[in-house]
Amino acid sequence: MPDEIINAPVQKKLFPLCLATKDLNHPASIKTYISIGGYEALKKILTDKISPSDLLEEIKLSGLRGRGGAGFPTGLKWSFMPKNAKGEKYLVCNSDEGEPGTFKDRDIIRYNPHQIIEGMIIGAYIMDATVGFNYIHGEIWNEYLSFGEALNQARQAGLLGKNILNSDFSFELHAVHGYGAYICGEETALIESIEGKKGQPRFKPPFPATYGIYGKPTCVNNTETFASIPWIIRHGGQAFNDLGVANSGGTKIFSVSGHISNPGNYEIQMGMPFSELLDLAGGVWKGHKLKAVIPGGPSTALVPAHTIMQATMDYDGLSKIGSSLGAGSMIVMDETTCMVNTLKRLSYFFYEESCGQCTPCREGTGWVYRIVKRIVDGQGRLDDLNLLKDVSQKISGRTICALGDAAAVPVLSFIKHFEVEFEYFIRHGKSMIESLND
Amino acid sequence: MSKLPKKITKKIDNELLKYPKNQKKSAVMAALQFVQAEHGWLSNKDLSDVADYLEIPEIAVMEVATFYNMYDLKPTGKYKISVCTNISCMLRGVDSLVNHIKQRLKIDFNELTKDEKFCLKESECMGNCDAAPMMVINNEKMYEKISPEKFDVIIKELK
Repeated sequence: MPDEIINAPVQKKLFPLCLATKDLNHPASIKTYISIGGYEALKKILTDKISPSDLLEEIKLSGLRGRGGAGFPTGLKWSFMPKNAKGEKYLVCNSDEGEPGTFKDRDIIRYNPHQIIEGMIIGAYIMDATVGFNYIHGEIWNEYLSFGEALNQARQAGLLGKNILNSDFSFELHAVHGYGAYICGEETALIESIEGKKGQPRFKPPFPATYGIYGKPTCVNNTETFASIPWIIRHGGQAFNDLGVANSGGTKIFSVSGHISNPGNYEIQMGMPFSELLDLAGGVWKGHKLKAVIPGGPSTALVPAHTIMQATMDYDGLSKIGSSLGAGSMIVMDETTCMVNTLKRLSYFFYEESCGQCTPCREGTGWVYRIVKRIVDGQGRLDDLNLLKDVSQKISGRTICALGDAAAVPVLSFIKHFEVEFEYFIRHGKSMIESLND
Repeated sequence: MSKLPKKITKKIDNELLKYPKNQKKSAVMAALQFVQAEHGWLSNKDLSDVADYLEIPEIAVMEVATFYNMYDLKPTGKYKISVCTNISCMLRGVDSLVNHIKQRLKIDFNELTKDEKFCLKESECMGNCDAAPMMVINNEKMYEKISPEKFDVIIKELK
C-alpha cells in the first residue's frame, strides 16, 4: 500500500498545534517557525501595546490547563504572580519529563523550540518576569544543545534580551539541565535544583508565586503549556477552548508507548475516544489483544481494556473511569503482560526516585518494592496484598509533594483490577501469564 | 589560581552568566558535569575543586553529586552504558537485552569490565520511550531501538 494511503486518515485526525512544524523541512529553525506565523503574536502584542490583563483574560478563556500532569488552570496560576513586586521575577519552563512513558516535551524542543520561546516571552510580558529558565531533562542531551541553538537564533533576531523588538520590554531566557532526578519535575524541587541544591520539594505555602527561585516570585509551567500560548493569542482563547471539550480546552499530545504498533507522539483535539487514538497509533502490536492501559503515566491509575475502550481522552473523560489525564503518557499493555512483574518495576522506580525527605514515602516505597519483589521471587504471603494496600494508603496524603501519592496509585490500581494474578503468583510462586504460555 | 583546567573553568564561567553574581552555587550541576565529562567520573578532589571554584562548601557539592543519578563517584571505564529498564522499555523486551549485555560484557549492573572499557548502569526513564529499548553512552549519545544484534555492532565500533 502506498504511504499516502496509510497516512491519510491519520493526518486528518491529528491536530499539530504544539508540534506545528514537525513535518516541515528544518522544523526547528526560526525561519520555519516564522513561515507558519511564528512570533506574530508577540509582535502584535508589543506593537499594539496590548495590556497584560487583557492577554491574561484570553488565556483564562482558552481553558488551558497545566500539561505537566496536575491540570491546574494556567490563567489562574499566572494571576497569582504579584503585580508590583520589585526586583527579579522568574519564569520557568519545566521540560524535566521523567514520568515513565512521557516524551512529548522532547519532541516540542526537538521540532518546535521557538514556539516554547515565544510562549515564554508572552508569559513573561503578562507576568512582568525578567528572567526565564528552561529546565531540560538530563538524559536528552541533544535537545538541550539544540534548544541553546534556538535561543541564540531568537537573541540574534532581537526577540530576547534588552528591549525586545525595540520595545521597552526586556526578558532573558536560559537553558539549564537536570542530571537524573525524577523528583525535579516537581516545581519546588526544580526550583531547588536551579539554585544548585538537591531536588527536594519545598513545603507549600509559601507558593513559588511569592517565594520561588532565590526567594523571588516564580512561575513554573510545563513545556506543552507554554507552546500552546502563541496559538491562543493568535487565534483567541475561545478558538482554543473550542478545539476541545468541556473542562478540557485545546489539543493534547499523547505519548504512546509499550505494546503499540507505532509508538510516538500524537497531538489530537481533547475529547477523542480512546479507541480512535489507539487506531491512530496503529493498534496493539502484533495483532495482540489489549489488556490494560496506563493513560497518563504511572502516577495515573491503570485501567483495564474494557473500561478504557469506553473512555474519551480528556480530563473529565479519564477521571470518570477512575484514572486521570496526567501528562498524556499512554502506556499500552497487551495480553502477554504480567501485572505482578510490571508493578515490581514501577514500585522500584518510585523507591529509587523518592527524594528521602518524608518518612512515609522514603520508607513506604521501599516496603512496597520489597513486598512485590518477594511475591515475584516466589516468597509471597497471602496477606501481602492487604499489606501492600495498607502501606500504600499510609504513604498517600502524608508527604510534602505528590510523589508519595503517585507511588500509591499503581499499587492500588494494579491490585484492584488484577487481584487474581497477584493471588495466583503468591499461591503458585510463578506468573499466571507465563503459566498460560507453558 | 584555580586547580581546575582552563578549558573547564571557561565553560563554568559561561554557565555562571545565567545566574545572579551572588548565586554561583546555581552553576554546580553544570560544573560537575563538565568535570565528569573530562575525567570520566568525580573523585573527592574533583568535588573539592568545584567547591573552591564556586566558593561554596564541599558538602554542598557532595550533596548534589550524590543526589542526581547521572553523576558517578566511582570510575566508569571508557564507556558508561546506561540502559533504561523502566516500564515502556520493559514492555519492549529490555530484560532480554540486559541479559545479553551482561553475558556479552561479562559484568553485572554497576560493574566494570576487566579491561576497564565498559561499565553497565541501570537507568530510570530517559523520556525516549518511542525508541524503546534504548541506552545512552557517557550520558550524551543516545542509541535507539536496540536489539542484542544491534548492541554487538555498536560496541564493536567503540574503540
